[in-house]
Amino acid sequence: MDLLIVLQAGVATGTVLLFASLGEIFAERSGVMNLGVEGMMLIGAMSAFSIAIQTGNPWLGVLVAMLAAGLISQIHAFITITLQADQVVSGLALNFMAIGISLVLGEGLSKAGTIALMPSYDIPLLDQIPVIGTIFFHNQKLLVYFGYLLVPVAWYYINHTRPGLHLRAVGEYPAAADSLGVNVYALRYFYVFVGGMMAGLAGATISLAVSPGWFSELTTAGQGWIAIGLVIFAQWDPVRAAVGSYAFGALRRLVFDIQGPQMLLGFDNPFYYNPYWGFFLQMLPYAFTILVLVFGSREAIRKRLGAPTALGIPYIRGERGL
Amino acid sequence: MSEPINQTTTTPILTPRRGGLARIFPYKIRIEKRLTEVPAWYAFLVSFGSVVIALLIGALIIALAGGDPWRSYAHIAKSSFGSIGVFSDTMVKAIPLMIVGLACALAFRMRLWNIGAEGQFFMGAFGASAVVLTPLLPEDSPRWLFIITMAAAGMACGAFWGFIPGFLKAKFHVNEIISTLMMNYIAVAWNDFFIYAIWSEGGFQMSRRFPVNSWLPRLTDFAEQVPAFRGLTTHMGLIFALIAAVVVWLILYRSQWGYEIRLIGDNPKAAHYAGISTTRNIILVMIVSGALAGLAGMSEISGVVHRLQGAISPGYGFTGIIVAWLAKLNPIMVIFVSILFGALILAGREIQPSGVPKLIQGVILVCLIAGDFFLRYRVSIVRRTEEK
Amino acid sequence: MEHSIDSFDGTNVVSMHGIVKRFPGVLANDHVDFSLKKGEIHALLGENGAGKSTLMNILAGLYRPDEGTILVNGKPVSFHSPRQAIEHGIGMIHQHFMLVPSQTVTENILLGLDTPRFLLKLPHYEQEVAELGKKFGMHVDPKAKVWQLSVGEQQRVEILKMLYRGAEILIMDEPTAVLAPSEIETLFATLRKMAANGKSIIFISHKLNEVTEISDRLTVLRRGKVTASGISIKDVTKEDLARLMVGREVVFRHEKAPCNPGEVVLSIRDLHADNDKGLPALRGINMDVRKGEIVGLAGVAGNGQRELADVITGLRRCKKGSIVVSGDNIANLSVKEGIRRGVSHIPEDRTHVGTAPNLSVTDNVIMKNYHQPPISKGWMLNAGAAESFASKLKDAYEILAPDVKTPVRLLSGGNLQRVILAREISSNPALMIAMQPTRGLDVGAIEGVHRLLLAQRDAGGAVLLISEELDELLDLSDRIYVIYEGEIMGEVTNGDIEKIGLMMTGVHSDQIQNHQEAAE
Repeated sequence: MDLLIVLQAGVATGTVLLFASLGEIFAERSGVMNLGVEGMMLIGAMSAFSIAIQTGNPWLGVLVAMLAAGLISQIHAFITITLQADQVVSGLALNFMAIGISLVLGEGLSKAGTIALMPSYDIPLLDQIPVIGTIFFHNQKLLVYFGYLLVPVAWYYINHTRPGLHLRAVGEYPAAADSLGVNVYALRYFYVFVGGMMAGLAGATISLAVSPGWFSELTTAGQGWIAIGLVIFAQWDPVRAAVGSYAFGALRRLVFDIQGPQMLLGFDNPFYYNPYWGFFLQMLPYAFTILVLVFGSREAIRKRLGAPTALGIPYIRGERGL
Repeated sequence: MSEPINQTTTTPILTPRRGGLARIFPYKIRIEKRLTEVPAWYAFLVSFGSVVIALLIGALIIALAGGDPWRSYAHIAKSSFGSIGVFSDTMVKAIPLMIVGLACALAFRMRLWNIGAEGQFFMGAFGASAVVLTPLLPEDSPRWLFIITMAAAGMACGAFWGFIPGFLKAKFHVNEIISTLMMNYIAVAWNDFFIYAIWSEGGFQMSRRFPVNSWLPRLTDFAEQVPAFRGLTTHMGLIFALIAAVVVWLILYRSQWGYEIRLIGDNPKAAHYAGISTTRNIILVMIVSGALAGLAGMSEISGVVHRLQGAISPGYGFTGIIVAWLAKLNPIMVIFVSILFGALILAGREIQPSGVPKLIQGVILVCLIAGDFFLRYRVSIVRRTEEK
Repeated sequence: MEHSIDSFDGTNVVSMHGIVKRFPGVLANDHVDFSLKKGEIHALLGENGAGKSTLMNILAGLYRPDEGTILVNGKPVSFHSPRQAIEHGIGMIHQHFMLVPSQTVTENILLGLDTPRFLLKLPHYEQEVAELGKKFGMHVDPKAKVWQLSVGEQQRVEILKMLYRGAEILIMDEPTAVLAPSEIETLFATLRKMAANGKSIIFISHKLNEVTEISDRLTVLRRGKVTASGISIKDVTKEDLARLMVGREVVFRHEKAPCNPGEVVLSIRDLHADNDKGLPALRGINMDVRKGEIVGLAGVAGNGQRELADVITGLRRCKKGSIVVSGDNIANLSVKEGIRRGVSHIPEDRTHVGTAPNLSVTDNVIMKNYHQPPISKGWMLNAGAAESFASKLKDAYEILAPDVKTPVRLLSGGNLQRVILAREISSNPALMIAMQPTRGLDVGAIEGVHRLLLAQRDAGGAVLLISEELDELLDLSDRIYVIYEGEIMGEVTNGDIEKIGLMMTGVHSDQIQNHQEAAE
């Protein structure tokens, strides 16, 4: 087992989590929690794969995936922003519905996983750097490189631009923004849409780049939920989200690849000789998510950081408080 | 003379669009918050209407996917309620939903989002199976002993599985939605390990069949005494479910603990002000909720499947959430709603495309939530007055 | 009804005519006329619920009127949003500040503006803000985060926010509610300076003293109607204004039975506690409350009152000191322990803390005694006993509701407070902590609450009344402590308002004798 190759694949897997968590960061920063990420990712995965197979153009698939998931997210936006229903329940409902839709519409999709739908590229010069170069800049799909660019852009947008200022205000104290003419409702709709698009992009990344194919619910296998957990760990910051996403991606690949080789670090590989122990390996990413949540919550309380203050609370003009 | 009401109750939330639209469409939608409760029949009508709309939307999507929605629906109706035999099959599917629905209703009353009912179900199945497969009891033990032990084991395992995220939330403020969900995946992997590695029967991915003594009695077992019962697989789990419903109802509405649960769920700050310990109740509720879901798992294993295998739940844990919500968290309504959804699951296995039941469930939930809007706000269409 | 004669001459920067605004269940503005002249300070007077905030929210673009016209500088306008109002030069400074606590002063001022286009170049704007502040004599650090500022400084940020946008007309909604007397002086000086600079100011208030001090003209609202329009301050007395506000002779003093204090029920010694930010909020409090008396605690909001109430009732930990109730030290014991020993609490926030909105009247009323017989029966609840208990209380305390099964979110503010009072008083508490019990209530409800508190005292109960309304404290209390920055500045038994005012600004009672001597 070549560790560098495993980490390289881990970066690709991590990109999925990165897109989903960045999208959710935008939505939650504006004050709307969208728990339907898993479902929207599935819709993205299904539509991307389907379009790519039919048209032979994976990028069209990506586009359709983003639009489809974004559209679905607007249902959640309508229910929580305009109808002011509870965001938790609406997100869960959206999740079920999106999963249902993707299963129904993706019914006939062939499960062919061998088609190389997207080519891989190297970045010249950068891929010569020892270790880092091999992991990050060698043999990756374009979507992965796009993820690298997205992180600093997202960070800069949120913290150093005027629209970013409005985004933060809408999530922290929407009444203040509203009183100054910022359209709280419209902005929240927009950022929920952004979150939806990113979830769709994440799904497309799975079915086109990382694990090409369509495997019903197994396609996403809970990554949408892990992404939501990562948002809390990231304290709603894009850079921390990136760190968490790539770390988790590496963990997932490690769990996958560690069962293969006969020898591991010079010793007999226990997972090779006891293949059923692999089930415990499967548990690791999910157990780790819980662990990450424990530490993330404790840190937030200690540093008096935390979620955007208005997160989860529908905004009603004229209401006291927020 | 009416007392002035504070402004929070009165602001219209949609400011009407101005300009060209007003000329074409001289009506505007006025939305006002209601000041009184809606009568019970109105609330029921809204829920019913939401379900109908959901079925229509579902039909649309099925049609998009190339299926025939009306045939699908007719098939569902016939294959679930068409005869005593299929009705019994519907009940069999409904039983785990009832118990899981109760588990979710209890937790949701406290705004504790137990999404882990599926995992707790699996662990309940595990516990019950362990009694038979370890074996904890000799094969020829009396039936009543098996049933009691398996139920206890199932509830204990489910309770433990609920305790962990409950404890994490109480002590570390860990978001229970994500933690209970993660526990679902861990539970499946745990069960898989035992199914593949430890209890595997002849290299197949399932355990051996349980001895008949450990099966929950079914109606068909009494076919000798009552010939009409022949072939009916409704099992004792139904009694568990009915008892559980009464118990949960008594807890929520007639016990001090239930009062605390409802108070915390409605206003945690008020509960704190009244001296009620939220921490203690989070853990207690998760334990009981997990135990109930575990009982559902035991009932399914012992009453229907009779062995431990990977496929023991078509998503009961998740459907239970929708059942609880549609029942408005009322334990008695949970029983009735479960029957409806049991029908969906039963018939859904034969419908093409296969994701239809899940789709309908999701759409129903979305429409329900959207429909709740009409319970809180009064919508009327009024003629636009001249803007001055 | 008194009217001013100059309604529509050219010097009016704002004219509102025939404004009608309805909300479900109430007519908030009933054909209201209002006009504002350039460079004046015009007070809008009225009680809670009279319709002043509604009228100004309409002018500021937050609400649309159902009927009526608005003219700004002679031109008719129709605002669909606060943004449009600001474009016309009208800016509102709300009672509850509209500031994002985690962002800086400059970021808050820039919020909602079209410049900068995309990139936030803060240093440039921080400079602008500093200069604007200097121009009007308001000093704020443009880089400071809002949560770090004092209340007075936050208010200055709000004013600067409007001035930065070129507001010529400023609406101030109850601006003095959260200020200490010295800060109020600073504010008034600022307002006069702005008026001298040509700004026109509308000052919403229900406090007669302040209004008579600062305003040029007044308009009085009562239950949605105008009772006096644009009258000059020179033409009225305070008694006239009170009558216009309320409609009948206002009794400025309750008839109180003489105080017969018994033994000490609450004894606090050297109490120290922190606030939510971890900073010290109580620095060595000493006070006593005896049976049969109402002890008032005066002070500007934010000087430790909330922390004191929390610590006594067990909602917050204290770091040092003792809280002795009827002989037991309950400091740092649980809330339930306090309730057991007869401590009852009327909380500041009746909707978000004191009641559960979707639960019935019955459920709300048994919140403190649900685990005692006859409501409790072993582990169960006796639903019948609970309902009859609730029915009795509903009658005794005149709670207006269809029945005891009604969810309390449908009750008005006054009735909600009656539910809370019914619950707390019926338990025969040894000690009652009443925190802002009449906030947001209209005169009828306020009188009812006062009567109940006095009845409690006459029956031998001990009441600690924490309030920001000096009038209320003077009316009801037998003794008044004053709290400032977590310490008791002194105690007043003779209703000496001047002394209380001084203590509220941080002068210790020992120094006040010196003050008076030095003045002579």
